[in-house]
Amino acid sequence: MKPAPFDYAKPASLEEAFSLLDGHGEDARLLAGGQSLLPTLNMRLSAPAILVDISALEALRGISIDNGMLRIGALTTHTELKASKEVARAAPLLAEAASHIAHPAVRNRGTFGGSLAHADPAAELPACVLALDASLEIAGRGGTRKVAAADFFHGLFETDLGPGEILTAVEVPVLRKGFRSGFAEFARRSGDFAMSALAAHGRFDGERVHELRLVYAGVDIRPVRAQTAEQTVEGKAVTADLLADAMARLGDDLDPMDDPHASGVMKLHLSGVLLGRVLSAMAGAHR
Amino acid sequence: MTPSREISVTVNGERVTVRVEPRKSLVDFLREDIGLTGSHVGCEQGVCGACTVRLNGAIVRGCLTLAVQADGAEVWTIEGVSDSGEIAALQQAFLARNALQCGFCTPAMLLTAAALLKENPAPTRPEIREYLSGNFCRCTGYQAIVDAVESAASDMTGAGS
Repeated sequence: MKPAPFDYAKPASLEEAFSLLDGHGEDARLLAGGQSLLPTLNMRLSAPAILVDISALEALRGISIDNGMLRIGALTTHTELKASKEVARAAPLLAEAASHIAHPAVRNRGTFGGSLAHADPAAELPACVLALDASLEIAGRGGTRKVAAADFFHGLFETDLGPGEILTAVEVPVLRKGFRSGFAEFARRSGDFAMSALAAHGRFDGERVHELRLVYAGVDIRPVRAQTAEQTVEGKAVTADLLADAMARLGDDLDPMDDPHASGVMKLHLSGVLLGRVLSAMAGAHR
Repeated sequence: MTPSREISVTVNGERVTVRVEPRKSLVDFLREDIGLTGSHVGCEQGVCGACTVRLNGAIVRGCLTLAVQADGAEVWTIEGVSDSGEIAALQQAFLARNALQCGFCTPAMLLTAAALLKENPAPTRPEIREYLSGNFCRCTGYQAIVDAVESAASDMTGAGS
């Protein structure tokens, strides 16, 4: 279908963007890459009066490393994320996950900030920023604030972003010595949203794993940490028995609902398979 | 209520300036305003890939890009890359391998395959399948399309016969 009529503005500065958001309130929607917004408009699930195209805001661009922090501008596309040397070195999890997002033509337009602000529960990058303990930089009229990824995702397509605020960048601590990450997902077809996806990040000391974060997407209304499974493996060598134990406890952490793509029982099973695969790969990476 | 906007876009090397409604998609602009109907409109929600065009050098979904977002940009469509001869080897391979029946998906398949071969001149079959996974064909199945891309790649790199 075609979208309902809307007006369009392309501010040249954050100030101008704030004015537009103030002036139009809930009738305005921010447009970045548009790869999630435009389908909902085409399907007429949403009909904003005006789109505020933030793609000209240079402050939202660029990837840099400074003082142990990798800073990724919100307008960074998934293709840029995948190709960045800085990201490959400082947060390889993001580059790995980016390959699983949709298809090349969508990755060329879709943005990092857009994916986080949209907060689709099955999206890859929200799970990754949670696994990496990233912080999100949010600009508003009153200035800039930072929110931990753990506090950003409130629920189904709901985030900590308030009216008139714009997500400007993501800061990820640069990969420290001994830390490794892994990512895998199950989808019906390549590029579809995940039935279950796992982003994992932790420290390895020989065979033993520490400070592991296991974050699942596609199994709840927002990305969720599997903390019981994390505690089960803490400080232990990754063996087949340990993985079986952790998988068995995953039901304490996850309670996936049925959806048209998979039943909750199937999602829980697939989540266990991912845990085994990802953790084995991470543990094997040093051998 | 929503006044049209003037946009200037360089389409297949030629600069055009027209007024469009903000809600008009890039692919509708190309088809309706410029008369280039080689880019097809399928699902209009970013799933089928039939509307694929090249925007500032990168393939995009023509249905998930607004014409106003292409203001000042350079767009290449199947007509342009066909006339320039850029994708002649791919086109020849599609013909030789019967990699199309109705042809609805073909322009987008060719543009996507061309983007793949530019990034990766000698892709494996799984890499070809993965790259084309966002382009749906409802006639041939994908075997012949993958065959065609593979043979075009080997012809272009001179690796095969």
